[in-house]
Amino acid sequence: MISAIMSNSQQWPYVIISYVVTLGGVGLYTWRMLAKARKLGKQVPPEERPWT
Amino acid sequence: MTTPTAPNATPNDTVDRRPTSTRFTRALGFSALIGIVWLVVFGLFLSPNDLEQGVSVRNMYIHVPSAWLAYLAFIVTGIASAGYLFKRTRSLQWDRIAGASAEVGVLFMGIALVTGSLWGRVTWGKYWTWDSRLTTTAFLFITYIGYLAVRDLGGSHHQRARRSAIIALFAVLEVPLVHFSVKWWRPLHQQESVADGKLSGLMLFSLFVGIVAFTLLYVWMVLHRLRTLTMQDIVDDRGLDVALAERRAEGIVS
Repeated sequence: MISAIMSNSQQWPYVIISYVVTLGGVGLYTWRMLAKARKLGKQVPPEERPWT
Repeated sequence: MTTPTAPNATPNDTVDRRPTSTRFTRALGFSALIGIVWLVVFGLFLSPNDLEQGVSVRNMYIHVPSAWLAYLAFIVTGIASAGYLFKRTRSLQWDRIAGASAEVGVLFMGIALVTGSLWGRVTWGKYWTWDSRLTTTAFLFITYIGYLAVRDLGGSHHQRARRSAIIALFAVLEVPLVHFSVKWWRPLHQQESVADGKLSGLMLFSLFVGIVAFTLLYVWMVLHRLRTLTMQDIVDDRGLDVALAERRAEGIVS
């Protein structure tokens, strides 16, 4: 059985850091991915992209 | 809000700002964003504290969906790799799906490891322990980092696709090992809570919101990454064609 060894107020920073890491990680990855796409988009005209 | 456009802007300028975007991905991205806002609201504000775990149960709403999405991503990588290796369906598009899904899977697996570690610090008193679930998860994470490294080794697109597809078919076998490690070896890591019916009410709903939001986000990310990889392959092919033409020209001159 898992038991909490900290009080609720002591647990909050860990929870907040988890959410910040998650949203920050997703945001950073998305930003890098879209920046790379934008860079490649300048070299590949729309008519060569199968999805447009 | 509309984006200001230059007076001499062409329709292509708009397309070039978001080259991997379509109406579908925009709708999907918007839905994922709404889902994440809901997840934060439910996870941090509306969900009650757990009787045993207190506030730290809120980690579950991001930790569990991250781990599940990583599993899903690696299984998709395995299926797409099989799609490439199977002669009748062989296409580089399968390889790109595998690569895009593995990359997003590594991101979610990394998030699951970090959030799990923070949760462990609260409930077990330490960030890391070498129990079966944590060890197999770390091994899975490292395996897929290796898979992504192998994809970047060079060679033709089909060489890349063939070697990475074979690795992906072996790597996906680790997913059931990680998942069932809590049943087979009885580690410190807790057993399944959802399947055992230990969750109910707002806690179960918050977890459901997390899974839906992350799934939408996963599909959105994989579509954009897939299109980025497609453009990368087009640019690489063009570079190869130019290099070959230059070589031929050199041959004619000499």
